[in-house]
Amino acid sequence: MRHGAAVRLRRDGIALAAIAVMYLIASSLVHNSYYQLIMTLVPIWAVFGVSWNILSGYGGQLSFGHASFFGAGAYTVTLGLVYWDLTPWIGIPLGMLVGAIAAVLIGTPTFRLRGHYFALAMLAYPLAILYVLEYLGFQEMSLPMHSVHPALYIQFRDPRFNTYLAVGLLVLGTMICMLVENSRFGLALLAVRQNELAAEAAGIDSWRWKMRALIVSGMIAAAAGGLYACILLVVTPDSVFGILVSAQAVVVTLFGGLASLWGPLIGAAILVPLAESLNAELGNILPGIQGVVYGAAIIIIMLAAPEGVFWTIRDRMFRRAPPPPLIPVLRPAPLRPEALPADAPLLHVAGLSKTFGGLRAVSQVGFSVQSGEILGIIGPNGAGKTTLFNLLNGVLPADEGTATLAGQTMLGRKVHQVCRMGVGRTFQVVRSFPRLPLIDNVVVGAYGAGLSDHEALESAVAALAHVGLHRQSGTPAGQLTNKDLRLMELARALAGRPRLLLLDETLAGLGRDECNDVLDVLARLRDEGMTIAIIEHTMHAMLRLADRFVVLDHGRVLASGKPRDIVEDRSVIEAYLGKKWLTRSASANPSPATGGKQ
Amino acid sequence: MDPHVLVENILNALVAGVTIGCIYGLMCIGLGLIFGIMEIVNFAQGEFMMLGMFVSLYLVSVTGALTFLGPDVGPFVGALCAGPVVFAGGVLIYQFIIGRVSGMRTASIASDSRFGQLIVTLGISLIFQNGGLLVFGSTPQTVRTPLASRAFLIDGFYGDDVVFINKARLIACAIAIVVAITLYLVMEHTRFGKAMRAAADNPTAATYMGIDVNRTYRLAFGIGSGITAIAGGLMATYLSFDPFIGFAYVVIMYSGVVLGGMGSIMGAFWGGLTVGFVQQCSALVLPPQLQNAAIFVVFLLIILLRPQGLFGRSAERA
Repeated sequence: MRHGAAVRLRRDGIALAAIAVMYLIASSLVHNSYYQLIMTLVPIWAVFGVSWNILSGYGGQLSFGHASFFGAGAYTVTLGLVYWDLTPWIGIPLGMLVGAIAAVLIGTPTFRLRGHYFALAMLAYPLAILYVLEYLGFQEMSLPMHSVHPALYIQFRDPRFNTYLAVGLLVLGTMICMLVENSRFGLALLAVRQNELAAEAAGIDSWRWKMRALIVSGMIAAAAGGLYACILLVVTPDSVFGILVSAQAVVVTLFGGLASLWGPLIGAAILVPLAESLNAELGNILPGIQGVVYGAAIIIIMLAAPEGVFWTIRDRMFRRAPPPPLIPVLRPAPLRPEALPADAPLLHVAGLSKTFGGLRAVSQVGFSVQSGEILGIIGPNGAGKTTLFNLLNGVLPADEGTATLAGQTMLGRKVHQVCRMGVGRTFQVVRSFPRLPLIDNVVVGAYGAGLSDHEALESAVAALAHVGLHRQSGTPAGQLTNKDLRLMELARALAGRPRLLLLDETLAGLGRDECNDVLDVLARLRDEGMTIAIIEHTMHAMLRLADRFVVLDHGRVLASGKPRDIVEDRSVIEAYLGKKWLTRSASANPSPATGGKQ
Repeated sequence: MDPHVLVENILNALVAGVTIGCIYGLMCIGLGLIFGIMEIVNFAQGEFMMLGMFVSLYLVSVTGALTFLGPDVGPFVGALCAGPVVFAGGVLIYQFIIGRVSGMRTASIASDSRFGQLIVTLGISLIFQNGGLLVFGSTPQTVRTPLASRAFLIDGFYGDDVVFINKARLIACAIAIVVAITLYLVMEHTRFGKAMRAAADNPTAATYMGIDVNRTYRLAFGIGSGITAIAGGLMATYLSFDPFIGFAYVVIMYSGVVLGGMGSIMGAFWGGLTVGFVQQCSALVLPPQLQNAAIFVVFLLIILLRPQGLFGRSAERA
């Protein structure tokens, strides 16, 4: 469980129980069968919203086609009952299984897509299924009535039982969502949603977590669809696979509040009765007016609360103080897990090349990094420095060459797999998870390394203490200064207990004092024996820090060696440092030895 | 099947696919501006098409404002006139509703408030559908032109096969191509087009360059609405329609834009053309119920094989 999960689980559990009990009491007082039907539909659409929220809210994978799973559940129950006399008590779990299978079949190809492409590809599945079902002759299916043992077939004589069942399903679905939210599952999803590449670089297997989210989501949606079929007793392709069904999940959740536990419940509780009563009250008098009023109502509420009702109310009325910092009472874990024989290089790169079209971005690059060494990678803009890092940690595939970490090859692996080998990375432009508190930003790195919940928290706190951010552990990353973000990213990489750090322009955009603060942290890491490859433009900073330099120009290694040799190398001066450097270094004579290894 | 009949069927399907596809292409360009470039997921785009049809109907048949042009020319002029009318509506909708939940206002905020536009456009769509039902009624309508029941015949190249080219569709197709090319030239070569693309690419940077981003977005939204409305007006010459027709076409439009690759005006046109072509050609081998399924299956296949769309480019910098 995540940091602070116990408190949240207890609080939300009590609230859920209270809401469920009050709703059940209210529904048992209703005798009008039409109102009872509305009271049954509210929790069904709410649980459908909850299922969508897990994938699209927490995981950020916007889906416009969740009707695929809703319909899968509904048709499994219906066809089972019609052809095999299968009771929905079995049909609904069977439908959930079908929903899970559908999730795997749909997710496997579709998770290759991102953003809007994913959202719209998802839209195509239920529509294709819809037309095929119509073609196969399943246009309008009625569920056969069982008057002998109605309860065995979820056909209660008293419609209040339908409501109880729907509320039970909603409670189950919400509890699953609570567990997801408070575990590493939820944190992985939030991380993937806010910055997929950063999550991958922190060791999170984003594909796998997204797939898990889709399976859980598909199963819950299928259960909702199955129960919906039992309650309406008539199923058509349009009513369970239609575009309006998919839209319902999107609308109730966005309306109530995306990625919040209560969002779908609030949305369904307001919108379902509103739509139904408008239909009943106005639709008969003037057909069409109910749609106009409903449309106007949701527009007005969304303009007033664009982030959804839940978040808007919470932000306006309950502005909370950030949680107190986690004081590192725990003994910081040793950062370097193993010592290698001194003569074997930790990182060895040979003949590495990458071509974009006609541009040879990285060409026959070779170098090695000894354990405990800091290697500075310098070169003019466009020299291929960042591309080199992208090849090493799996963001881009290399065309040719080898790269090994302690003898194991790094190439051909995915980003999160390289991370798990013990390679931490920071980015040129900071990739944070802006809405998550600092501690969660860093814990992601520890989860990525496969640490247990307790170890991960310990490691994250230690990493924060290491970079000096432990007093701000409760602050959302979006409120940090640029320097603190750089340090946070460093802490996230450290929390995974890496053997090698790849730092991409960690000092970019920092003032002189800030620069010195970060350099102090890096120097401390070096003293503890961390191995670092760092890209940097600030030559003076690099001379303080690096043991050795590799100079890249036009994708090739121009020179490599001790700092003293590099700054005096004529080709390096011409390509990168410039003539001014030569005159200045002659007069000021910066002493690279001060940055030497102690 | 007799090879002559087969060839004749294939040729006629190809012709229908290209003519209808070009009109779909124009329709998709409208959405391509709004969704592909401005990244507003507009569920009301189908209703802009529907409004285009009804504006054309009112100009041509109900008020008779264009009767002096005669039944052969009037409906096409009506379709073109629907453009500016819906353009004005689109500008107002952006100004008072959509602009509040998208564009500059939300570009700088790292939050989820931009999802609010999904619901807002859904609300707009509901208002137009149901408002259309109140105002226009539910009887299917057409903008009648005698050209819709006339065809050019081309024969004599394979035995006695005859290819029919519906005159209304051919003219509509030609107008669609002209409008599409005009818009393309405007986007590529005018100051407004460049400002528009810059504002879409990076609203903040565009503001610093002195571009009035909100005004640009407003105009672009209006143009996107108007273009789709023109395509609707052109379709009204050969298709009967009611206030709920937009619903079926909004999915087709999104398929076209995504197929073409988001962010590319001509890509949206080719995407729409592909969708229309697949729809018409699937009629040769599939029963009518499965024709729409074919669109989505082809859509999924193309998008899964080429995730950035047929003409799109995608790359993320690390």
